[in-house]
Amino acid sequence: MFFGNILIWFVVVPILMLAGLALCGQNNMKAIRGVMVTCSTVLLGMSIWLVCDFLAQRAAGNQAEMLWMDSWMWYKPLNIHLAVGVDGISVLMLLLTSIIVFAGTFASWKINPLPKNFFLWYSLLSTGVYGFFISIDMFTMFMFYEVALIPMYLLIGVWGTGRKEYSAMKLTLMLMGGSAFLMLGLLGIYWHGTPEGMPHTWNILEISHYGNIDYGWQNLLFVFTFVGFGVLGAMFPFHTWSPDGHACAPTAVSMLHAGVLMKLGGYGCFRIAIFLLPHAANELAWIFIILTGISIVYGAFSACVQTDLKYINAYSSVSHCGMVLFALLMLNTTAMTGAILQMLSHGLMTALFFALIGMIYGRTHTRDIRQMGGLMKIMPYLGVCYMIAGFASLGLPGMSGFVAEMTIFFGSFEHADMFHRIFVIAATTSIVITAVYILRVVGKLILGPVQDEHHLSLTDATWWERLSTVTLIACLAGIGFFPNWLSETIQHSFKPIVDALAMAI
Amino acid sequence: MSVTLPILILAIPLFMFLLLGIGGVKMSRKLAGILGITALGAVAVISYYVAFTYFFSGDSLFIDDGVRQQCQMFDVTWLAFTDRMVVNIGFLLDPISAMMLVVITTISFMVHLYSWGYMEHEPGFQRYYAFLALFTFSMLGLVVATNIFQMYIFWELVGVSSYLLIGFFYKLPSAVSASKKAFIVTRFADLFMLIGILVLSYYVSNAPADGPLGSASAFNFQMLNNNAGVIANTVVGATFMSGSVLTWAMVLIFVGGMGKSAMLPLHIWLPDAMEGPTPVSALIHAATMVVAGVYLVARFFPLYCIVPDSLTFITIVGAITAFYAAVVACTQIDIKRVLAFSTISQIAFMMVSLGVAYNQPIEGVHYSGLGYMASMFHLFTHAMFKALLFLGAGALIHAVHSNDYTKMGGLRKYMPITHWTFLIGCLAIAGIPPFSGFFSKDEMLAAMYNNHWFWGAWMSMVAGLTAFYMFRLYYLIFWWEENPEYKKEGHKPHDAPWQMSVPLIFLAAVSCVAGFIPFGEFVTYNGEPYHIHLETPVAVTSIVIALLAIGLATVMYAKKNPLPAKFKNAMPGLWKAAHHRFYWDEIYQFVTHKIIFNIICRSIAWFDRHVIDGTMNALAYVTNFFSVKIKGMQSGYVQAYVLWYFAGALVLAVITWICLI
Repeated sequence: MFFGNILIWFVVVPILMLAGLALCGQNNMKAIRGVMVTCSTVLLGMSIWLVCDFLAQRAAGNQAEMLWMDSWMWYKPLNIHLAVGVDGISVLMLLLTSIIVFAGTFASWKINPLPKNFFLWYSLLSTGVYGFFISIDMFTMFMFYEVALIPMYLLIGVWGTGRKEYSAMKLTLMLMGGSAFLMLGLLGIYWHGTPEGMPHTWNILEISHYGNIDYGWQNLLFVFTFVGFGVLGAMFPFHTWSPDGHACAPTAVSMLHAGVLMKLGGYGCFRIAIFLLPHAANELAWIFIILTGISIVYGAFSACVQTDLKYINAYSSVSHCGMVLFALLMLNTTAMTGAILQMLSHGLMTALFFALIGMIYGRTHTRDIRQMGGLMKIMPYLGVCYMIAGFASLGLPGMSGFVAEMTIFFGSFEHADMFHRIFVIAATTSIVITAVYILRVVGKLILGPVQDEHHLSLTDATWWERLSTVTLIACLAGIGFFPNWLSETIQHSFKPIVDALAMAI
Repeated sequence: MSVTLPILILAIPLFMFLLLGIGGVKMSRKLAGILGITALGAVAVISYYVAFTYFFSGDSLFIDDGVRQQCQMFDVTWLAFTDRMVVNIGFLLDPISAMMLVVITTISFMVHLYSWGYMEHEPGFQRYYAFLALFTFSMLGLVVATNIFQMYIFWELVGVSSYLLIGFFYKLPSAVSASKKAFIVTRFADLFMLIGILVLSYYVSNAPADGPLGSASAFNFQMLNNNAGVIANTVVGATFMSGSVLTWAMVLIFVGGMGKSAMLPLHIWLPDAMEGPTPVSALIHAATMVVAGVYLVARFFPLYCIVPDSLTFITIVGAITAFYAAVVACTQIDIKRVLAFSTISQIAFMMVSLGVAYNQPIEGVHYSGLGYMASMFHLFTHAMFKALLFLGAGALIHAVHSNDYTKMGGLRKYMPITHWTFLIGCLAIAGIPPFSGFFSKDEMLAAMYNNHWFWGAWMSMVAGLTAFYMFRLYYLIFWWEENPEYKKEGHKPHDAPWQMSVPLIFLAAVSCVAGFIPFGEFVTYNGEPYHIHLETPVAVTSIVIALLAIGLATVMYAKKNPLPAKFKNAMPGLWKAAHHRFYWDEIYQFVTHKIIFNIICRSIAWFDRHVIDGTMNALAYVTNFFSVKIKGMQSGYVQAYVLWYFAGALVLAVITWICLI
């Protein structure tokens, strides 16, 4: 029965991918690419099928909280299970992961050196991400979370650029620091989550059904878990790993990291911190609203003066991911739906940005916007894509960013008190600041006169680069044009969480 | 009328954008041009048909008991925030949207045709047509919006099409920075609009569903406008800083309109937007997009009327802007900038006219809403003659290869078609009968005098200035002194090719006759017909003022003479200040670059690198420091371990001894 559950295959296929890669010769690019393309296409197909089947089941009236639920005992003494199950949000996250893994594969078509090892770590990273999204057991979730973090160190340290050892170390240590907090929080939930006389459990759904954690513990554990996940979600002031980490990471890693890994933070925040500790969420949200509110504006302002393309996008991510956590803390369906939309939108958009930056860097060998200019004339395809990514980032209607941001603003505005009003209005100003830094880069880098004559001989995108960018742009525009089915799916999935919050006031 | 035609009106330009945008690279220029022009021609025909059906069919959907109705041709859900906040994409047909369909498609078609000649030798011809199609799509979507959120969506889209078109010559740094400026300034204004929408929809969506508002979406224009009284009195009870929250919300929404319509102090982007190709200026920055602010106020008119403070605000902003822009227009050298400031001034005219148009009857039923009708009438006539003037300017620039009037002069002999059509445009904007501007301006001034003599007198003065600067421009281009350059071989200016002349002649003809349209029969604030008749005293005064102003311009500029220089030297400070547009750009430059960019952004970035990241690095250093210190203890020397062993034992012994005592 173990392999009868489709969700398990989301972990099995990446492991098969690992095995397949292990069998390839070190420099046998054909075989390596073959394995990668096959497996990532299979995963993409599976994710699309999963989303379709999920929607079909919901339409057929299946109102279960999670679908495809299954649980296998893993370690009896601590009651650890490999428990899987997905709701509307997780299936979308799986789809996002698949899209980015797929696009990332093509974006790192010519990775050098050690292509085999690169893809091995890359697959391991994606195994962790997939595992995280399908788990509903806190312990296995945490384990997959760590599996996703560790390969980062090697991927940046070996294949990165610039001060790669420093950045890899910094990123890993800060995220590990976050996980230490998180582990404490999870242990606390484990010990306090069950009523007297029942065996302790790691299962999220069971803990939420018990609703047993007393209010004093909730407050402490909420801080631990929210900060723990918040570090990965680039929450101020724990965001500084992000600029350095992104700047030094190779293209596909930046894509996967900003595109998916940072979403693990936001996902964990609502799936564990808010869902399991609803009373504390109601009580303490204001502290984190301040921090994430700062993130939004602060990240945007910082991005305005950066000169390195990757730093600009890293700070922009701080701002956009701040928006995700900010919206989650509004604790109502609309704003939280906006948060998930923002996760999807930011994931696709940042992946596109980092892919393009990688492609531009691969040609010009610089990421300094002062040394480039007028790329539209030299490589029109990449220039147009960069502008599209920019428009998605500044929230142009017809792109996913607009849908997400508007849902967040309209949801957040439901809070009528002065504190929330001030922070929401501060958050809305980010749409202007974002426009400033995006247009600054576009104006300098893409438009204007050609800065460096050596660039005139550069070539435009190759077919694999086109495939990678087109996939992402199609998804961005798809969400932007037809957002309602997504929004409905997500809204529906938030019902248990919002109910838990309402119960715990 | 079926739902197909309204869908086609939106779908054709969007499809054209995608087709030319994606496939344009592979297309020949000729094919792209023909496709673009044909598609727009089709859209224009359909729009005319729709507007004609709306106004003349007598269908009870459109006119009921002599009152024109609002009709949602279709309205489909695009995104539902909550049950009460549902964003629809739809097609609202009512007098003003039907009128705007005609205006937009006419001007857009003319510009498409004109551009075929004007942009003939420019690279990126296909891209240009793609962007024009995108703009047309967005603008049409804006005017037919059934709800404020749809309007906001298309509001942003016209902003981005404007950005793309201003920056069309993307290799020029000036074009790039102008497009950036336009986008950011309007985005800044849109932020206020968004907050206004947030406030309004918050209150409306939280009103009880069994109340008078029902459970309709909080964004819907019809619901909001029909229940303006309820909303003002019961739904939005709160006050903020001694003003009703509804007033604040409406003013905030209007700020968005100020940005798009280039009202003071958010006007700074429009003169720079003249960096774009001239046909684009005619379409976007004269006839259609910049009147979006006026259209917004007209669309929300019942709600604005219910909070008269907001109308007063609109009037004041409009009056100041109209005067300011007219004064600046008198001193500009670039002909497109003169026209840009003239546009600002004329739009401000429309704003004032809306601002003075109270819903409540003043001195009898007769005048209620006159300003509304007049404003829309002027929007219509202005679109035609200002597009004509811009396209004329384009023909001049095409011939002389400069925007600067000092490079022109005496052109009437060389470019007769341009000359006569431009003259018609100038007469229309100056308000000389029987040209169209006279009629609409007369109605606007009548409405202003009816509200308060001050507004009337003030705007009459602006109208005089308008006549003066337009004829100053006219004389400097076509009379004054002939530029000796023209005598040189190959520099002889000539009239434009037919693609460019046809739109000029067509628009000139429209400007001649549009004034005789019984506009009040079609467009009024409440759908009931209003019979236009000339206000003799107002009409006579404004004709006299216009003639005097034209006379003054003739004396000063018809022939080369030292008078203008004398005027300039008589008040050098004022002239210089007006020439520099009263230093608004410098102020903005200072605030954005020096304060926001250099002080705020740089200090935040510094803080992030040195304080926040510094703390993280310091943690690492401290850990490292101690581990280096402590690692000496694991030296591997047995002697050292024995020493530590005995030292520890001794300390323990001492402690034990102390405790025991």
